[in-house]
Order: sequence, then C-alpha cells, then structure tokens
Amino acid sequence: MVEITIISGKGGTGKTSLTAAFAHLASNHVICDLDVDAPDLHLILKPENEYLEEFFSGHEAIIDQNLCSSCGECLERCKYNAIKETPEGLMVDLLACEGCKVCVHFCPVGAIEFPMRRCGQWYLSKTRFGPLVHAQLFPGEENSGLLVSLLRKQARGMAEKENYNLILSDGAPGIGCPVISSLSGTDLAVAVTEPTPSGSHDLERVVNLCEHFKIPVGVIINKFDINLDQVKKIENFCQDHGLSLVGKLPYDHAFTEAMVQAKTITEYQSGDLAEEIGRIWARIEALAQLKKAA
Amino acid sequence: MAKIVVTCQGQSLDDKVDPRFGRAANFLVVDSETLEFQVLDNSATNSMAQGAGIQSAQTVANAGAEAVLTGFVGPKAFQALNAANIKIGQGLEGVTVREAVARFNAGEVEIASKPSREGHWR
Amino acid sequence: MIIALASGKGGTGKTTVCASLVRIWDKPVQAVDLDVEEPNLALYLKPELSGRLISEMEIPVSDQEKCTACGACSEICQFKAITVLGEYLLTFPEMCHGCGGCLAVCPEGALSLGARELGEVLWGQAGEIDFLMGRLRVGEAMSPPLMRDVKKRLDSSRDVIIDAPPGTSCPAINAVKDADVIVLVTEPTPFGFYDLKLAREAFTPIGKPMGVVMNRTGFGDAGAYDYCRATGLPILLEIPYDRRVAEKYSQGEVIADALPEFRGRFIELAARIRELAAGDLKEVSNG
Repeated sequence: MVEITIISGKGGTGKTSLTAAFAHLASNHVICDLDVDAPDLHLILKPENEYLEEFFSGHEAIIDQNLCSSCGECLERCKYNAIKETPEGLMVDLLACEGCKVCVHFCPVGAIEFPMRRCGQWYLSKTRFGPLVHAQLFPGEENSGLLVSLLRKQARGMAEKENYNLILSDGAPGIGCPVISSLSGTDLAVAVTEPTPSGSHDLERVVNLCEHFKIPVGVIINKFDINLDQVKKIENFCQDHGLSLVGKLPYDHAFTEAMVQAKTITEYQSGDLAEEIGRIWARIEALAQLKKAA
Repeated sequence: MAKIVVTCQGQSLDDKVDPRFGRAANFLVVDSETLEFQVLDNSATNSMAQGAGIQSAQTVANAGAEAVLTGFVGPKAFQALNAANIKIGQGLEGVTVREAVARFNAGEVEIASKPSREGHWR
Repeated sequence: MIIALASGKGGTGKTTVCASLVRIWDKPVQAVDLDVEEPNLALYLKPELSGRLISEMEIPVSDQEKCTACGACSEICQFKAITVLGEYLLTFPEMCHGCGGCLAVCPEGALSLGARELGEVLWGQAGEIDFLMGRLRVGEAMSPPLMRDVKKRLDSSRDVIIDAPPGTSCPAINAVKDADVIVLVTEPTPFGFYDLKLAREAFTPIGKPMGVVMNRTGFGDAGAYDYCRATGLPILLEIPYDRRVAEKYSQGEVIADALPEFRGRFIELAARIRELAAGDLKEVSNG
C-alpha cells in the first residue's frame, strides 16, 4: 500500500482542486481529507456520509460555581490566563484552556471538573471516486494533530481490509502539528506551490519539514505563468534539494468554474489543462512506486 | 520463564499482533513458558492528543514485562522502554501472538537497538 | 485600535490586503504578522529589522539524584512530557505545554526550570510603518505561546493591523481575540463561502464587529454574497479579479503602491473599518 499526501504550506495554491482531480484519475484508492481546519474536498466530491463519530481529545476544566470558594488559587496557577473573574464567579475561558489539570489538582475544595473535550466529528463516506475519510473540527478547537492521525488510521484500516492499494490525502496547511501528523510516515509528499514570494517561502519551510522526516517530495508549480522568474527560482530550489518537479500548470479560471459546478477540473474539461494534470498524476504514481520498490 | 508483552488486535493468543505500539488495541501479558496470559486494555490512549507511546511504555513497565513484541515502536516510546530496561522486538505485524511468542522463544526475534522509524505523536 | 485580518482558509488574499492597508493607513500604524507558521508579510513590506528575541517556553529539567520516582509529576502531566519508568525519570521537552504542574507538585525539589526554543520574535521599520512578526521554529508544533510573546510587543500608542493565521483553530482564535475589529478576507467561490461560514461561526463568540473583503470578484458564484446578506455581515470592500494583481503579488509588490487605481479602494476600506469599529457603519452595498 502506498500513501501519497498533497501539501502546500501556503493556502490557496490549488492543493484541494488538484487533490480532487487526482482522486478522479487514480484507481483503487481511499481518499482522505486531512485539512481538518478547513476541509473543502467534500465540496467537490459531494460525499454520502455512511458513518459518523464524535471526536474527543484531551480534557477541559469547568468550575462548579456551587462548590467554588473564589479563593483564586486556580487564577494564580494557570499559565494560560484561562481563568476569568466574572460577576458570576471564576470561570474557565475554554478557548484559552489547554487542559493541563493544574487548576483541578490544586483547587482546595475540589470544585473543578475535568471532562473529556468534544472537539469535532469524523466521517466515513462514499463518493463517485471511492471511499472518503474526512472530519470537521468545531470552530476554535485544536488538537487537529490527533484527529489527523485518527483519519489516517481509519484510511489505512479501510485500505487493508478492502484491498485498496493507495491512500490519497489532502494534507493540512502550514508546518505545525497538523501537517507534521499528516506527513510522518507517508510514502510521498506532493507540494503544490505558486511562483510568488509567499509560495516559495512556504515551500522551503515545508520541504525542510519533509527533509526532517526523510520523506521524498514532488513539486507542482501552479499558476506558473504569472511570474516566470520566480518559477526559475523554484526550479533551482528543487534541483538543489533533489526534489522532483512533477509539473507546471497555468493560471486558469477553469479551476474556479469547475469548483462552482462541484466537478473536478478533469471532469469539467478535457483540454490541455486536463491532459497536463493527467501526465502529472502519472509522474506522481511513478515516483511513489519507485520509492516503494527501492 | 519470562513475562513478555505482545501488542494485539484482539484478546487471544490466536489474534494478530497489532502493528502499532503506542495506539495498540490491547496488550497481552504472556508467560513465555506456560503461555498463560492476561489482557490489558489500551483503548485509553486512543483519546490522547499526544504521548500514546509513552503511556503504553508505562503500562508495559508497570506490568513487569521483560520484553515487548510488536510491529514498530516510535522514537519516544523507544526511549521510554529503553529507560525501563525492556527488550524491544519489532516487525511482528501480520503473525499471531502465539507465533510471535514462539519466535521469541526460539531466539528468532531481533532485539532492536534503535527506533524503527521516525514518528510523531502516534 | 487593533484590526485583525483573518480568513477561513489560506490563499484568499489576506496578506495582500494587509500589506496594502498598512501602506495607505494615514495614522501611525504597526503591522504585525501573527501567522507564525508561515509569516509572509515581511516579504511584501520589506522592513529593515532592528530587533530579535528568541521566544522560549519553560520546561522542567530533572535532577535524578533528588528524584525518588514517586510519580507525582507523571500523574499530573496531561501531555506525557514527564514520565517515571521503574526507577527512572524521563522528560520529553518537545511535548511539554509549559503548564508548570510537575514543578508545583514535586515533593523533593527534583525539578528545575529549563527552556525550549519556540521560534523568534522580530521587529523593525518599513518606512513610517512599525513592523513586528513571529516565526515558528521548523518542527515546533506549538504556536500560541510564541504568539503571546509577539503580542507583548504590540504598541498601544499606534493603530495595530494584524495578519492572522488562516483557519478557525486555536492559533487563529488567539490572533484575533484581542482585536477591536475582525476583517474576513474571502472570495466568491464554493470554497470561499464554506470557509467564510466556518470563520464567522468561530469568531462570533469573541463578540467583536466583523466585516468582509470579497476578493477576486467577477468569477465564481453567489454563495458567499448570499451568506453575507443573510447573516448581516457587511461587505467592506470588493476587489475585482485582475490578472495584474496576481502578477504584482508574485513580484513581491504591494498592490496599493504598484497599481494606483486600486489605492482608492484600500483608502475606502480603511474608512469602512473605522466606521465598523465605531459602530456607525454607513450603508454598504452588500453585493
């Protein structure tokens, strides 16, 4: 089984639109949306949910006002300034609470409860291209790293049980915890970038991360025609770091038009753009197979 | 005799070894001679945002095990098991717990000296 | 006044709008990049940096001599950053959230304070503009404590314009929660609409006035507009799609400077933001 994760560092480079197209072109695969903060893949894939589960992660502190003596011990000890003095008494700001349990431990009257924190939901769904594993965090919730690991585990379990030989994931953006969780142990990362200062900067950051985890990287330059000088720089960067440049795509409104119709770009049109995406996908498959064979 | 812990997808000697150490479904604490065993539930680690491997290492250490047999052990759990002087046998995913123990008894399980792969929080 | 520019997803033009807005701002202003995972504002404002500090978090350092392996630290730690195995105390500094629980409960004084580097805080000048940013160390997972160190340097004598991280999770909330006004940058596409909805839901509990900048208009669909109308989110500015904007952005230029015909739109945006903050927003088109 091979796991390919599409990443971007910077948002808005076309990562999700391309993942959707690859989901259309690939065969015998499980699709996984690891961008749990802003999952957009379902807007194109239109999944039918077949299974839903609540996602809990960590704990949160809640002060029982009937027991609280307002001594302020928690207020003093909380390193996250999560305890607030309000007219109704001391309250925990759940957006600031990290669930460290220090206040619970030191409360002299045992007034602080410490329940599991309900952070979101995850789903197993059916799409026209195969099964989709995806999730939605509730607004403001963190710990998406754990949720990302959970989704990957579900996808792997499904692939093993039903003999799928590919897991195709839309990775999390950034370089923090969620993207680390989406990359660790994956077989191939495909970074979608654009020829802008931010695009190049973020590509470098995310490639550093992949090097740290010893994951091979393929690079796609999207919107290449808006700045050819910058493209040159990215190409040099790829060469210096031994990254495979798997393709370049022009700035094209067809991506937006396809999205509006909830279609992948490869379903929406069959012209040059779709053909080029087909060739890019073939190169990615070859890269992933090569890695497996080695 | 030796007390060894094997990660297990189910609850019997004939169930498969769980490839994951930190987030293993269950641990079977097995007497390597008599094959008597006890099941330790490890589901608590499934809701842990981080540190599942370390928690599991703690569980194994508390069980008084001499060795652990599994698929692979991440770097932090590896460090923790080392600190507790517990032997680590990896690459046993796909076989049953009974088979894993037999291989261990026959001296066919390599005792690892470094983590099996880079990992992060899993 | 603190203004936070945010977006439900990345790539909607948040940094583009931020750079232009600080450039046309007609009062003393501080531009702050709180998108510490991917800080890009400096690439456009090109400030001269004059100061730097390393942001650190307090973590425990153990003294095996004093430790009696009682396990109190291990018991309180929710993050498995400190663990007693047999007779041995192990710490995993990269997993620590810096809550100080272990130090507070250790009965033997076997733990002392150490530090882990989270990243850096940088500041300087871009002409009249005060510049401030944070940058997370690659491989570091915890951005909120670094963001706290950046925010300690906010200058209350100036207007502050924050480039917030995209998304609706903890770092994004952290970046916008002290703002007086939240400006959501989106685009009229299905992705833009969905992510705008998530952002509005995430930020509503903060209780600050919110407005929308609709970027790259003229393509896409009406979803995001309908949503703004239905929920009473005012559209403060529309930026029509123009290939030159993408090109100038790709060359590291600030749109308000590079394309003079756009300058007026950002001046208009500044006025709308002030009205929104003061609670007397004049009639806006709302699509």
